[in-house]
Amino acid sequence: MVIPLSYSFRNLWTRRLTTVLTASGMAMVVFVFAATLMLAEGLQKTLIATGSPDNVVVIRKGSVSEVQSGVERNQASIVESQPEIAIGSNGRQLLAKELVVLINLPKRDSNKPSNVVIRGVGEESLLLRPQVRLVQGRMPRPGSAEVVAGMNIAKRFKGGGLGETLRFGMRTWTVVGIFDAGATGFSSEIWGDVDQLMQAFRRPVYSSVVFKLRDTGQFQALKERIESDPRLTLEAKRETRYYEDQSEAMATFLRIMGLALTIIFSLGAVIGAMITMYAAVANRITEIGTLRALGFTRTSILIAFVCEALFLGLLGGVVGMVCASFMQLITISTMNWQSFAELAFSFTLTPSIIGKGLLFSLIMGLVGGVLPAFRAANMKIVDALRAS
Amino acid sequence: MFIFKLIIRNCFRHPLRLLLTIAGVAVAVIAFGLLRTLVELWYLGAESSSSTRLITRNSISLVFSLPISYKEKIRQVQGVEKVANANWFGGVYKTEKNFFPNFAIDPQNYLDLYPEFVLSPEERGAFLRDRKGAVAGRKLAAKHGWKVGDQITLKGTIFPGQWEFVLRGIYRGAQRTTDESQFFFHWNYLNETLKRTMARRAEQTGIFVIGVKKADQAAEVAEAVDAQFKNSLAETLTETEKAFQLSFVAMTEAIVIAIQIVSYVVIVIIMVVAANTMAMTARERIAEYATLKALGFGPLHIGGVIFGESLAISLAGGALGIALTFPAAGWIETELSQFFPVFHVTTVTVLLDLAAATVVGGVAAIFPTWRGVTIRVADGLRRIG
Repeated sequence: MVIPLSYSFRNLWTRRLTTVLTASGMAMVVFVFAATLMLAEGLQKTLIATGSPDNVVVIRKGSVSEVQSGVERNQASIVESQPEIAIGSNGRQLLAKELVVLINLPKRDSNKPSNVVIRGVGEESLLLRPQVRLVQGRMPRPGSAEVVAGMNIAKRFKGGGLGETLRFGMRTWTVVGIFDAGATGFSSEIWGDVDQLMQAFRRPVYSSVVFKLRDTGQFQALKERIESDPRLTLEAKRETRYYEDQSEAMATFLRIMGLALTIIFSLGAVIGAMITMYAAVANRITEIGTLRALGFTRTSILIAFVCEALFLGLLGGVVGMVCASFMQLITISTMNWQSFAELAFSFTLTPSIIGKGLLFSLIMGLVGGVLPAFRAANMKIVDALRAS
Repeated sequence: MFIFKLIIRNCFRHPLRLLLTIAGVAVAVIAFGLLRTLVELWYLGAESSSSTRLITRNSISLVFSLPISYKEKIRQVQGVEKVANANWFGGVYKTEKNFFPNFAIDPQNYLDLYPEFVLSPEERGAFLRDRKGAVAGRKLAAKHGWKVGDQITLKGTIFPGQWEFVLRGIYRGAQRTTDESQFFFHWNYLNETLKRTMARRAEQTGIFVIGVKKADQAAEVAEAVDAQFKNSLAETLTETEKAFQLSFVAMTEAIVIAIQIVSYVVIVIIMVVAANTMAMTARERIAEYATLKALGFGPLHIGGVIFGESLAISLAGGALGIALTFPAAGWIETELSQFFPVFHVTTVTVLLDLAAATVVGGVAAIFPTWRGVTIRVADGLRRIG
């Protein structure tokens, strides 16, 4: 005979205060667990969405990011002459020689400076990044001291808004447009004319050469040719791969940190569940004896108590996940260690994180409930009935 | 005396529950202590900075360098005692996983400005004499098994190529918190090589470290230095070492804040668990409280018994947690030394741990105390557990 599920459920309802306290402990653990996973996910999604699989980034061998890289003009010309580069509708190569440097800008709210990427772009740069859309103003005129700023920069940094000015490289630069690149790294960048910026920064070399492939399958051959060319000290990466590498250290840090925290936290919550379930058993000794006397087997009593613990865990899990889903409204802006630059990203909830969070809460309930359930199941009928 | 005896006896009425609660509080206190230490680590650079040192960098951002010719000009500024230049080298030892900070420095002046890096006179002399010489911190050397005289090759990420050094000394930190995982070598070696391979990037340095005589001259000197290079191709920004370090912290502030919030969440979680335990305990003993009341004990007494029990349990857990925090921190320091070169639990953290345990015990007792104190004798005696 099986004890109906409603028995377990109603037991939780009877001890509402205890149930709420225990479940909220678990909810907080699930919340922290989900929030860190969401953060790592958001970071990675942002950086992966920044790259397109058909685009290739060429940087100096051994340099981890565009900021550290340097591509001489003659080397850039050799890369430009490769046959695999796609041709745009205007008959020109879809290739941009870019400059990427960091400048210190103060934040609007705290006035604390942070490193912002400023990218010198060519005429084709915009065509190479279809995710970048101009939402306000216009693009900078070539040859002028004008820049456009990404949404996150315009919102968060002093001098980044439309019509405002920035001062660097002995010149004053006017922000003439705001662009939106969605949830990508470009939204945290400032773009200007590459030749003007190279002048201003006294930097006679490009940072990278970016181009689109005519056919995505030709990447391997092109990579080998570029990397084995004795005139070039460059390496070629797919843009997606390049940005994935940029997010690796930070995402790993967030994941490990999150995992370590949740393991420690869950110990606390499991202990809480265990206390609750032991008390639930202890309070109901007579009741359990009665159930056994009525003919319910040890197994069904075990199942009933395990179910109660699972319900408890699930309740915590659902509450925790609901709270975590609100975190999606929050955007975090911090320095990515690998590129040393400011990057804004949001908490991102995926079905797999929901699944993991709920599974985690069930496991916590199970671990907390299994020992007390065994104690309940192993009681002798006579002793249980005699207990006061 | 009676009340203490009662509290102790009450604690041991459910040995299993007592054990679990203590373990729970201990886990939370350990987690809180370690997270606090992690946050303090973020600020370690700023905390251990000297108030008589200033850092001059390019005003655009740190990735831009300054001409080495500025050094003499800075030296002439009133109030400047010593100037050293340093350059973040960003070299990689074997693989990127072996990250450690490495700098090209002006050895004599830099070591003078940073007395916390302690070298024996022989090692210091040997390092100063050998242009390809390098010094490494004690922890870094131990991790890679380096001995004085070893040849070390770093792969450049910012300055391409394979760079060879001879380890001439292993420094110790003067304080417990000094970072012993850094690597220094001669800026001249870098510069001479660059002159041959990339003349454009030679004669440049990342930062200047300025030593001033007295801390109150710092602001004046900083202003004078920056004024000198105003409207030049490389404008400078001079700030105290502390401000310089804090600007790094500010860039990753979001993470620090998140860790801080999380460290409080763990306390709240355990507070909920402890409150739950105490609520259950009180519910089971309602009849006893009524009995005590019937015998003539006042509400203060009953409140004291409940509060005492709650505090005793959480403080026991807190003490256990604090005791275990030290070996845990020690383990992190040895096993994860590449991420956390120093992982030192401070007195403030221990005090905060204690405060947290007290708060947990106090808050957990509020509701049960209220129930115990307000219960009417007749209701309490009538109630069946």
